Amino acid sequence: MHRLSDEYEALRKTVEEFAREVVAPVIGDLYERGEFPYAIVRQMGEMGLFGLPIPEEYGGMGGDYFALCLALEELARVDSSVSITLEAAVSLGAMPIYRFGTPEQREKWLPELASGRMLGAFGLTEPGGGSDVPGGMRTTATLDGGEWVINGTKAFITNSGTDITGVVGVAAITGRTESGKPEISTILVPSGTPGFTVSKKYSKVGWSASDTRELSFSDCRVPEANLLGERGRGYAQFLQTLDEGRVAIAALSVGLAQGCVDECLKYVRERRAFGHPIGHYQAIQFKIADMEVRAHTARLAYYHAAEKMLAGEPFKKEAAIAKLVSSNAAMDNARDATQVFGGYGFMNEYPVGRFYRDAKILEIGEGTSEVQRMLIARQLGLADL
Amino acid sequence: MNIVVCVKQVPDTATERKLRSDDNTLDRDAADGVVNELDEYAVEEALRLKEAHGGEVTVLTMGPDKAADTIRKALAMGADKAVHLVDDALHGSDALSTSYAMAQTLKKIGFDLVILGSESTDARTGVLAAMLAERLGVAQLTLANKVEVEGSAVTIQRVTDYGYDKVQGSLPAVISVVEKINEPRYPSFKGIMAAKKKPVQKLGAAEAELAADQIGLGAAWSEVTEAAAAPPRAAGTVVKDEGDGGVKTADFLSSKKFI
Repeated sequence: MHRLSDEYEALRKTVEEFAREVVAPVIGDLYERGEFPYAIVRQMGEMGLFGLPIPEEYGGMGGDYFALCLALEELARVDSSVSITLEAAVSLGAMPIYRFGTPEQREKWLPELASGRMLGAFGLTEPGGGSDVPGGMRTTATLDGGEWVINGTKAFITNSGTDITGVVGVAAITGRTESGKPEISTILVPSGTPGFTVSKKYSKVGWSASDTRELSFSDCRVPEANLLGERGRGYAQFLQTLDEGRVAIAALSVGLAQGCVDECLKYVRERRAFGHPIGHYQAIQFKIADMEVRAHTARLAYYHAAEKMLAGEPFKKEAAIAKLVSSNAAMDNARDATQVFGGYGFMNEYPVGRFYRDAKILEIGEGTSEVQRMLIARQLGLADL
Repeated sequence: MNIVVCVKQVPDTATERKLRSDDNTLDRDAADGVVNELDEYAVEEALRLKEAHGGEVTVLTMGPDKAADTIRKALAMGADKAVHLVDDALHGSDALSTSYAMAQTLKKIGFDLVILGSESTDARTGVLAAMLAERLGVAQLTLANKVEVEGSAVTIQRVTDYGYDKVQGSLPAVISVVEKINEPRYPSFKGIMAAKKKPVQKLGAAEAELAADQIGLGAAWSEVTEAAAAPPRAAGTVVKDEGDGGVKTADFLSSKKFI
């Protein structure tokens, strides 16, 4: 069953209106200037979007992860920078603290994070490796006099250097297991800690209004109590975080794919060629029909993955499938929408050009399409052959 | 303070709006229903007054069953409860009948302050606030872009062509608001979830003690006898500048009574 309940539908509609009324008029300029959308984020915070899946006792909305996905989709129909800012702040920043944090850590960080007044980030990827964990991981944290001493570098970390970033969860090697494998743990590092340097923003192909930076840690010391949950559980923690995150990125991708359809439906009624609006021609109609099919089927895939996740059932395969098909849909739709717009598709004044630039990362971030296929094959038992 | 906000469901202005072919009244099924935009400002103002002075905000809606969506949105924004005046006998009510039905209901449920948008995007008569105040025998403070309540005194800035008038009245009163008054909030998910549990009282014409001969199409003082689609916009006039472009433009504007 994939009919939204009244409450989900009311939320979806509210975010749809917000994206249309508040985000759409200003995001083009912010994007072009590479400026972080502080005013939009503040309003999203007031609406409670940053607290959607977090219980009310921690200042959240008491909703669930699917509610977050609906908000991500509606935002991404208009803009992906805003959507990924919410996605990373909640899914990677706040949720690990909610899921794995000690009561003290939850009380300290969650009310601020759930309100959107503070953004959290998660540092996993390094210049030398993303999905290749722990093989590619070099960052270390060692205990010394009741403090963790962190050394290493993290790459491509969303939300890590805004004026309102408050905390970064850093995955680090904290020792060796008995069998000699690296032991990974997550340490919470508050922004501004001495030895923790945030570099300037990357110059990116897309997501230009979002904040993405490289982080370096040089004898950065934080209290031993900043260990997130249990020592040595880092790997398990972020596997769960990433499985959920895939569903969230799928929702964002569906939003972009649908946004392409939205823009085309407007444009092909107005733009005329050879005596008719271009939507009169089957070459255009079929393209848009295909775009709608991709967005629709990808949506069903992420709804299904989310349904299994909320039911507490295994959803690894479904999450990977949703991420794979929806990022494909986003990329294909962005390409087709740009084609429908012709020369104007190549101009920054129309959103489809922005969608085109924003789509590619969806096939890379939160596990590349190749990693998704690997996960699906593994779930089918093929890895053991 | 007991505040009642009158909220109307109107057809979405972004969609094509139609009249019914049988009685030339608005076809409410043809388009998506949304909250009349100015009424969202009224809800926001009511919530702000409640936040500042305490009290309770009740939503009052007259409209068919599907207007329940509109009530739900106002409750999600933060109103405490709602009264839904719904009866087939109300269909076709004009502004006079509507003000009668609403005033009767307001007398029944009680109020210190009634707030509503200054007009609706469908009929656009803009007279309901004045009619309500008259029928209820209370102060009428219309077209407000600012509202202040102190004790039993309520002061508004009434928007005029030349600026604003400061108008004061005493509670109970009816206030209509314009869009410059505030920025309506978006409902939060918590608000949406909480709205489910808030009481909505449905009142029929009999329960609201409405006289049958005062409401509905039959009681309307005016009748739409014929309706036609608006003609498509005529092509614009191009003024070619041959040294006298300014004069020609002025002549054109003058012929249309703009200058």
